[in-house]
Amino acid sequence: MEGNLNLTLKIWRQKNAQTAGKFETYQVSGISEDMSFLEMIDVLNNRLIEEGDDPVAFDHDCREGICGMCSMYINGRPHGPNKGVTTCQLHMRSFSDGQTITIEPWRAEAFPVIKDLVVNRSAFDRIIAAGGFISVNTGNAQDANSLPIPKDDADEAFAAAACIGCGACVAACKNASAMLFTSAKISQLALLPQGQAERSKRAEAMVAQMDEEGFGACSNTGACEAECPKGISIENIARMNREYFSSVFTSK
Amino acid sequence: MTKLDAKIPEGSLAEKWTKYRSSVSLVNPANKRNLEVVIVGSGLAGASAAASLAELGYKVKVFCFQDSPRRAHSIAAQGGINAAKNYQNDGDSTFRLFYDTIKGGDYRAREANVHRLAEVSSNIIDQCVAQGVPFAREYGGLLSNRSFGGTQVQRTFYAAGQTGQQLLLGAYSALQRQVGMGNVELFTRHEMLDVVVVDGKARGIIARDLVSGELERHFGHAVLLCTGGYGNVFYLSTNAMGSNVTAAWKAHKKGAYFANPCYTQIHPTCIPVSGDHQSKLTLMSESLRNDGRIWVPKKKDDPRKANEIPEDERDYYLERRYPAFGNLVPRDIASRAAKERCDAGYGVGTSKMAVYLDFAAAIIRYGKAEANKRNIHHASDEEIQLMGKEVVNEKYGNLFDMYKQITGEDPYELPMRIYPAVHYTMGGLWVDYNLMTTVPGLYALGEANFSDHGANRLGASALMQGLADGYFVIPYTIGAYLASEIRTPALSTDSEVFVNAEKAVKEQIDKLMNIRGTKSVDYFHKKLGLIMWDQCGMARNEAGLKMAIADIQALRKEFWSDVRIPGEANNLNPELEKAGRVADFLELGELMCKDALDRQESCGGHFREEYQTEDGEALRDDEKFAYVAAWEFKGESQFELHKEELKFENIKIAQRSYK
Repeated sequence: MEGNLNLTLKIWRQKNAQTAGKFETYQVSGISEDMSFLEMIDVLNNRLIEEGDDPVAFDHDCREGICGMCSMYINGRPHGPNKGVTTCQLHMRSFSDGQTITIEPWRAEAFPVIKDLVVNRSAFDRIIAAGGFISVNTGNAQDANSLPIPKDDADEAFAAAACIGCGACVAACKNASAMLFTSAKISQLALLPQGQAERSKRAEAMVAQMDEEGFGACSNTGACEAECPKGISIENIARMNREYFSSVFTSK
Repeated sequence: MTKLDAKIPEGSLAEKWTKYRSSVSLVNPANKRNLEVVIVGSGLAGASAAASLAELGYKVKVFCFQDSPRRAHSIAAQGGINAAKNYQNDGDSTFRLFYDTIKGGDYRAREANVHRLAEVSSNIIDQCVAQGVPFAREYGGLLSNRSFGGTQVQRTFYAAGQTGQQLLLGAYSALQRQVGMGNVELFTRHEMLDVVVVDGKARGIIARDLVSGELERHFGHAVLLCTGGYGNVFYLSTNAMGSNVTAAWKAHKKGAYFANPCYTQIHPTCIPVSGDHQSKLTLMSESLRNDGRIWVPKKKDDPRKANEIPEDERDYYLERRYPAFGNLVPRDIASRAAKERCDAGYGVGTSKMAVYLDFAAAIIRYGKAEANKRNIHHASDEEIQLMGKEVVNEKYGNLFDMYKQITGEDPYELPMRIYPAVHYTMGGLWVDYNLMTTVPGLYALGEANFSDHGANRLGASALMQGLADGYFVIPYTIGAYLASEIRTPALSTDSEVFVNAEKAVKEQIDKLMNIRGTKSVDYFHKKLGLIMWDQCGMARNEAGLKMAIADIQALRKEFWSDVRIPGEANNLNPELEKAGRVADFLELGELMCKDALDRQESCGGHFREEYQTEDGEALRDDEKFAYVAAWEFKGESQFELHKEELKFENIKIAQRSYK
């Protein structure tokens, strides 16, 4: 007993992709306000193991908000109630004693459930493989300072590049659209001089892959931006649309 | 004891690498298509190696235990990456970066490797910029630099406090490009569980598909382990939850020597432990020491809040003890100094195991500079504060946010409370100049090897080394081996040696699953961590290490008779994954203590209480210990020591001084 929060957890349990899932209810007590949300799940899991039950499977790794692995849908919001925070950085001081917390996996056709709260996000890797790069082999680069880049452009590219690929944008969107994710990479590279040569090809290829993966169209509601733990701006989607249409309309 | 041959090329230090590159065997493009390379790990070293080797035409397979290569823990590196560009015109050079690294490592690294690292450091920055990595820039559009510990020049390139993320995403993009082109086959949610050795050469791996639980056999003409460090042996560390030693340890048990396992880096600036529930520790980047000042109250057990303690009652102990480097002394020194103050009763916070990292002075300094820039002549204190905070936010915003998120305190208003935590392991698999382990065809890159940082790594050098190994070293050095393998056909994975290797892995898994004991994996991991932290952490002594070895042996025995792993082995089972990793940590921990016991000197991060100067600095014994300790596995609890003599031909070896 480290703290005094007593909570009711309703957690989605699903054995694997082939089996139907359902909510199970658990009580946890003595939760400290200084715990992270995942440490609270650790407490529950340790108890389940002691009792001979199967612990709740969930994705996590760095636990400092940067790897993008954690992915819980908490009380109807990706990464829970706080703005600009991943689940691993969400702390229990954001909850109150006696509260009921509902925890689900990301829900999207393109992110099939693997087990409990773990989903398959490999679609994101395939979108990057389709064009999210600058084609430069190792060893051919000129001196880094021979290409000055205005600070504002570099800063804006960095802001887009801060995406951690967690998929909260998809989970937040009623259409399960991956436009914020895809546009962040397209924007980063479109804003930099190094990215110009492949600019139109990149936009077309990445958008085509995104569609093929089964992500939906943009809902224009801005839920993705509101729920993004890294504050990726929805302006990136506008830029992606400009990139895409100018590419499609000017293609030979 | 055999003498280890590091295969260092002939010639003067500055010419070795250039000459080597011009004379190393090449593999022609038609042959590259038939040569397969297995790469385990997708962090900076793994992703950069995979992309570069695939670009050259090799057939590459990449394995990572996470759901995407982009999650590797390199992503969490904050502060920056060093390179001897001398863009600041402040006297930097290849030699100076080489010198700083050798000295920072307390003269326990190999000269030839470190010089090569310094030579290619500039190429890394060029390569990353070409890939679109958005480094911080000045208004003129040129790259910005900052200072890191253990140096007096500004050679650190950065992207806010997310440099590792941006560099990894650059390497990941290059890797995904090769995946898209069909040159790399990617295996995510896969964990390597053994190396397959055929006739003394590494020929592939056994991997477990973590989702289906199935074991798979993969052939490779060469195997590259880019699997990071083993800091999680301490349970609490700044490593990711999944970071582990398993790949390196399995290789060790198959004949790869493990070098300097006792060299661990305790990072001085981490958020202190808040309770027993703690699952990991979070680093506050060393870059914060550019502007933050570290202090404790001059009075013991001072009950006052930080803001209530007047300036002349604060002890800026790093500035006091090391005026030349001040707050930017190397990590091992800063960590020990914090421990010394806390042990002496001057610690702060509820646990009294913390010191302050204070930005108040920096905020005012930046605020005044901004006021000047903007031509505001009579700025009020509030305006200065506000402008200063804006500057600090731009430099370190994400770190400040993270601190606030974790502690619930606002570091713009109150000084941060910090304490040292396990962060990096300088030890690792022994490799020669080619990055090859003692098993032919088996390589180790990045943090997984031991070679470049000696007994203490300087800040912003891990990213440099990971990318140097992957982008610029292995593409050349692997040719030296593969050129003689062009006649080796791909071995069928149905051959007996692969079948037997898989069988042995399966038996190990079955053994773990069948224990059906009473205690969780974490129970054992936490216990091991405490033993390691208490006896093999920031300070070590003979009695403690001997006790630790006995304790670890007993704990290992208990683990193998009483661990409880729920669920089954034939589907996603994180507890089973953890159990396998902790089983390996329970063996590694013993070797670390053994190595620490054997090294009867203090150097860098290895501080033996028996060997210190009068003012508490590490006391090396160059007569007896100027060697790399490379351990050969001989059976449970049995390790044979081999030595690689370290020769310093270009640097005058001296007592490290940062005063």
